[in-house]
Amino acid sequence: MPVFKHPQILIASNLIDGDVVFLGPSGWERDHRRARVAQSADEAAALEASGKRDISANRVVDVYLADVEIGRDGAPTPLHYRERMRVKGPSVRLDLGKQAEKPAL
Amino acid sequence: MTAIDLHVAQRQNAPMTTYRYDAYDAAFVSERVAEFREQVRRRLSGALTEEEFRPFRLMNGLYLQLHAYMLRVAIPYGTLTARQMRRLADIADKWDKGYGHFTTRQNLQYNWPKLVDTPDILESLAEVEMHAIQTSGNCIRNVTADHFAGVAPDEIEDPRPTAEFLRQWSSLHSEFSFLPRKFKIAVTGAAHDRAAIMVHDIGLRIVRNATGEIGYQVVVGGGLGRSPFIGKVVGDFVPREDLLAFLEAIMRVYNRFGRRDNKYKARVKILVHEKGIDEIRAAVEAEFAAMDRSVFSHDPAEFERIAAFFAPPPFESLPEASALLRAAKLETPAFANFADVNVSAHKLPGYAIVTVSLKPIGGVPGDATSEQMRVLADASERFGFGELRVSHEQNIILPHVKQDDLFALWRMLDAAGLATANAGLVSDIISCPGLDYCSLATARSIPIAQAISKRFSDMSRQRRIGKLGVKISGCINACGHHHVGAIGILGLEKKGQESYQITLGGDPTFSASIGEILGPGVTAEQVPDVVEHLVDYYLAEREEGEAFIDTWRRIGHARFKDVLRREGEDGADI
Repeated sequence: MPVFKHPQILIASNLIDGDVVFLGPSGWERDHRRARVAQSADEAAALEASGKRDISANRVVDVYLADVEIGRDGAPTPLHYRERMRVKGPSVRLDLGKQAEKPAL
Repeated sequence: MTAIDLHVAQRQNAPMTTYRYDAYDAAFVSERVAEFREQVRRRLSGALTEEEFRPFRLMNGLYLQLHAYMLRVAIPYGTLTARQMRRLADIADKWDKGYGHFTTRQNLQYNWPKLVDTPDILESLAEVEMHAIQTSGNCIRNVTADHFAGVAPDEIEDPRPTAEFLRQWSSLHSEFSFLPRKFKIAVTGAAHDRAAIMVHDIGLRIVRNATGEIGYQVVVGGGLGRSPFIGKVVGDFVPREDLLAFLEAIMRVYNRFGRRDNKYKARVKILVHEKGIDEIRAAVEAEFAAMDRSVFSHDPAEFERIAAFFAPPPFESLPEASALLRAAKLETPAFANFADVNVSAHKLPGYAIVTVSLKPIGGVPGDATSEQMRVLADASERFGFGELRVSHEQNIILPHVKQDDLFALWRMLDAAGLATANAGLVSDIISCPGLDYCSLATARSIPIAQAISKRFSDMSRQRRIGKLGVKISGCINACGHHHVGAIGILGLEKKGQESYQITLGGDPTFSASIGEILGPGVTAEQVPDVVEHLVDYYLAEREEGEAFIDTWRRIGHARFKDVLRREGEDGADI
């Protein structure tokens, strides 16, 4: 098992429309701020197990854990710039993607 | 049968100069759409796992990217009719987000389609004789060609009939649908290579032999990506009647000996590199000699049938030079700049080839809104027989414009934000989508292109600099052709940050060369400074008539490296 260094969230793509989704407390969320955050290796493994079940259930594809940091508001922000791009949308088209729907991002 | 009667007179602007599907083609594409519709249904129902479905969607051009699915639509040999361009615009509006991205291999990518909508999109494409077949996967991809095909003054023969012939040969070719890796073919018929054939898996150059017979110089093993190679000549002169059999022999040798154990070593360029071109040539010639060539025998009637679709439109007999054009250039300097930079010589007097740049200053290279696509379709019908081309440089070409009409066309383009006069200049940057869209990318490339473009926003300065190919890739896969940029930029990840490696001396033409690394990577913010220093040094050192690449070749890479190192010591932080 990889060493657990940072809190993690589970990221995937919705099967039907390809939108980026995040595993939340009661299902997949379109806003990463509502993602469930794993604070330990065991919690991360539990997230992954949920993800695998939903791959089998044909809800999501391309599921993986991403390291995050927790902001003052308690919301997770990915540490890597690739995932930071995924939670917002293209940096060259601020009118597109999640950032267009949620200006606060 | 043919879908149209070639003997019926055409309307002035009827789209006659490209291939039209016959009943077989139409049924073929239609059946593929129906097949994919069923595959999507089975995927959504759970009858197919993602692992099972993935090869199907890829063979139909559907990727899963960073934010959404992406559909890559083929524009065979870069030729589009006005009707097709309008349909691309309609699809962008109905199923995507109102724009499309023209790529470096004469494709168009939609960045936001839904899986559930894709069969409808493909059906809509099929209605205008388009598809996304083999725009992905380990198969022979969209066959590309010189975007000045059929109109270039330096052309021996229009390469598009050959490209169409190859498209039909390679579409769902049962032996070559599961190759070790993807396989890309490009064709040119001109003295100057605008199709980058030397960096394709197979590059075809239409040539004449000593007796005047037309045939093909066949180049194999070129490619970019993590291991760039310039292709090598495997056949100096392959007669037309042997072309399919010869290519079949190459593909069989590749299919048999190409590595399948390591995807990074599976392209034919690695096979050619490891075995050597002499051994590959011997293997190809042995296969060619041993094979039953009768099934690939050339059918001149079929070739002529295909070639007839690319017959020249009903050109008028015009004087060499246009008085209207001369007067308009004198009266309107902005138009004069456009005419000087974006207009190329046509093979016929009184006509011109117009490059419509999709690189506005600070814009996203290759992107066009649906409204711009419609303007381009309208412009092609009004001024150019309803025909358009897409270049691998991510621009649109209007290949048959009367010189008398250039000013009116320019006004129409200008009103739509399509009149940037930078074709071939430093801001005409090739750029892949990079990390703004692509799941494989390691860094962003579009913002780098935008920053360089803004740095050189003074158009008179751009014209003073002259032709300069800047090419940017957001990862080692090199979709932005950075290896063959006179200035190439490769985005990488370095210690969790985006970092950019700069190369100099790349050349995509017959005198092809792979760029050499300038030094350690720099940050995104530093890239425009580095490019500007390089350009300034070139301007200081260049001799009469030299392009950047010429000066670089004459004075050498070390001098450019040295000047940049000195600039860094002077506090420029490079």
